[in-house]
Amino acid sequence: MLRKLFKFHGGVKPQTNKERSTTAPIAAVPLPDRLVIPLHQAVGGHPRPLVQPGDRVFKGQRIGGADGNLSSAVHASTSGLVRDVAPAVMPHTSGLTTLSVIIEPDGEDRWGELDKVNYRSTPPDELRDFLRDAGVVGLGGAVFPSYLKLKPGKEGKLKTLVINGAECEPFITCDDMLMRERAGDMLKGILAMRHMLQAEEVLIGIEDNKPQAVAAVQAAIAASGQSGIEAVAIPTRYPAGGAKQLIRVLTGIEVPHGRRSTDFGVQCFNVGTAFSIYEALELGRPLISRLVTVAGNVDAPRNYDVLIGTPMDHLVRLAGPRADTDRYIMGGPMMGVRLPAFDVPVVKATNCILVGSEAMFPAPAPEMPCIRCGECAKACPADLAPFELYWFSRSKNFGKAQEYHLFDCIECGCCSFVCPSHIPLVDYYRFSKSEIWAREREKEAADAARDRFEFKNHRQEREKLEKAEKLAAKAAATREKVAADGATAPAAGSDAAPAAKPAPDAAKRALIEAAMEKARQQKAQAAPRNTEQLSPDVQAEIADIEARREIVAKPAASPLPPQDA
Amino acid sequence: MFTALFVMTGIALVLGAGLGFAAIKFKVEGDPLVDKIDAILPQTQCGQCGFPGCRPYATAIAGGEAEINQCPPGGEEGIRKLADLLGREFKPLSEEHGVEKPKSVAIIDENTCIGCTLCIQACPVDAIVGAAKQMHTIVAAECTGCELCLAPCPVDCITMEPIAETVDTWKWRYPVFQIAPAALGTARQEA
Repeated sequence: MLRKLFKFHGGVKPQTNKERSTTAPIAAVPLPDRLVIPLHQAVGGHPRPLVQPGDRVFKGQRIGGADGNLSSAVHASTSGLVRDVAPAVMPHTSGLTTLSVIIEPDGEDRWGELDKVNYRSTPPDELRDFLRDAGVVGLGGAVFPSYLKLKPGKEGKLKTLVINGAECEPFITCDDMLMRERAGDMLKGILAMRHMLQAEEVLIGIEDNKPQAVAAVQAAIAASGQSGIEAVAIPTRYPAGGAKQLIRVLTGIEVPHGRRSTDFGVQCFNVGTAFSIYEALELGRPLISRLVTVAGNVDAPRNYDVLIGTPMDHLVRLAGPRADTDRYIMGGPMMGVRLPAFDVPVVKATNCILVGSEAMFPAPAPEMPCIRCGECAKACPADLAPFELYWFSRSKNFGKAQEYHLFDCIECGCCSFVCPSHIPLVDYYRFSKSEIWAREREKEAADAARDRFEFKNHRQEREKLEKAEKLAAKAAATREKVAADGATAPAAGSDAAPAAKPAPDAAKRALIEAAMEKARQQKAQAAPRNTEQLSPDVQAEIADIEARREIVAKPAASPLPPQDA
Repeated sequence: MFTALFVMTGIALVLGAGLGFAAIKFKVEGDPLVDKIDAILPQTQCGQCGFPGCRPYATAIAGGEAEINQCPPGGEEGIRKLADLLGREFKPLSEEHGVEKPKSVAIIDENTCIGCTLCIQACPVDAIVGAAKQMHTIVAAECTGCELCLAPCPVDCITMEPIAETVDTWKWRYPVFQIAPAALGTARQEA
């Protein structure tokens, strides 16, 4: 059947550079001396550490528990000794540290006990919890926890499940190799997802520059005998691997601003995610390794099955980096980020380590003024006006930038790629986005502080009022009591008092007397009472002591002057 | 001629009544300008501006009793926003009211704290937890960094710690091209 395909707006055709890394099969990586596993890998919270330095861990043991709704668990990638739980530099442009578990492998690579799950007989909620605790996240690059996406929309079922094998970014071939070598297992993962989402049809989108992958997946589908699953070769055009772009190409649906694809009955997953879901459900293995392409300035570009936490330089050494290597880029040349160091660990988001040098990626030509040619708008796959966003970001006019839908920008880099003035447009957008997020955080903090300040003032006012009321009520009660007493007892005495004496004065005196009486009573009550019920012996002893005291006091008082005189 | 006069008077009366009605019906409570100014102020409630809180300062600005450059936590950016909103000229931060500092939180040294509750009373946003003769501690997430708790502490056990940047709060820098040292050298030679 020939499927009708659609086109997305814009896009570019950079040189793919994929051939060299697909010549050799996926290779294993020898265990490194130590693994550094950052606990914060996916978007959302920071998983809390579940191990302490000195603990022994099994391969696949959970070392970081999911924290909050947007988080997923982290696991030990091999068996060994936990050396430390400490901040370590993470693979992020900032070069900042994050809490990481540092494991010294014992070389045995021994799995712990593995729980498998039959997805057909398990309720969906339990399955999602299972996947969260298995640490399955989107391996396409966004590392969004997959269990959150495995919920069918309001209708309870999905029309189309899109599986993303487009892999449009130059140099990266890990999805290609996965489909070539592990199509059957990947398909099992897809079937599990299809079951969870109750999807009518499954479309696996693969760019047509990967004919072997398409053939492998089609063969696997034919072998499984399932219907309603199709591997579709789509035209090679960057960024066909963007979720919204791939959905557009395969189904013709354009997901508008502020909506989700599930509103239109479509959900999109990466092929790598499908494979890790298969491993989690059918083998009980949590996500502890992934395929990583090592390409660029190396002698033998290749794909490796890498344990999460492996230092990147350990991995790159296998591919033979050339002498002039001066940088690692995580991701591809279009969207990748330059890393702060060579020994940062491979994380779940690492699909490619692009080894670079000055000769391979020369510094961009100096930024020239924008000449308003509009090439960027022609290339933008999100239908934005990049030059407008650039103006507003450059002048820090963030409100306007948001009005022009800055947050629909997927940072694919097409605009920078075509810009004849070499303007690093995406850098401006990233700057704008993070400034806007920071401002929002500040605004929320300010609003919370205002509320708390107002509440504190309100509380203080209320406490003052309450205190005053209490005092007033007490005073009124005493006054009443005195008035009641005065009406009976001192009736005779008031006759004797001069009639000219003002009434309030009398009332005041009565109040004072009442207060003094009360104080006297309290004093009497507070006096020690352990002398009331005593045996005659003790009583006699006390009397004896008192008598002696008197004897001592009398002569002392008369001959001696007081000490302090 | 009288007809015209009556018609005009009639229209005037009807419109006047309409306006009068609208003025009562849609009366704006409070000063909306104060709200707008208050939204720009950082809500640290530190009182460095000389007013007891951000809102009183906002009211004073709106009433023309205070300058717009008296808020150190708001910094230069805050002054620019106020200048934009009020159509006034930008002024640098007034020195007598303080200097702009990096955002910080207060930290109580728990070994020294004697549990006197004085800082709890001073905290404008109730961000300090403790009781008499019990150790106090600061809820860092609620602390605005106003420094009002520093002065009342009899044992000086409170310090201000600048908030460190984390991966979650890290920001992409403004794209600036570094001028290569070689270019700088030649420029100097030319100069």
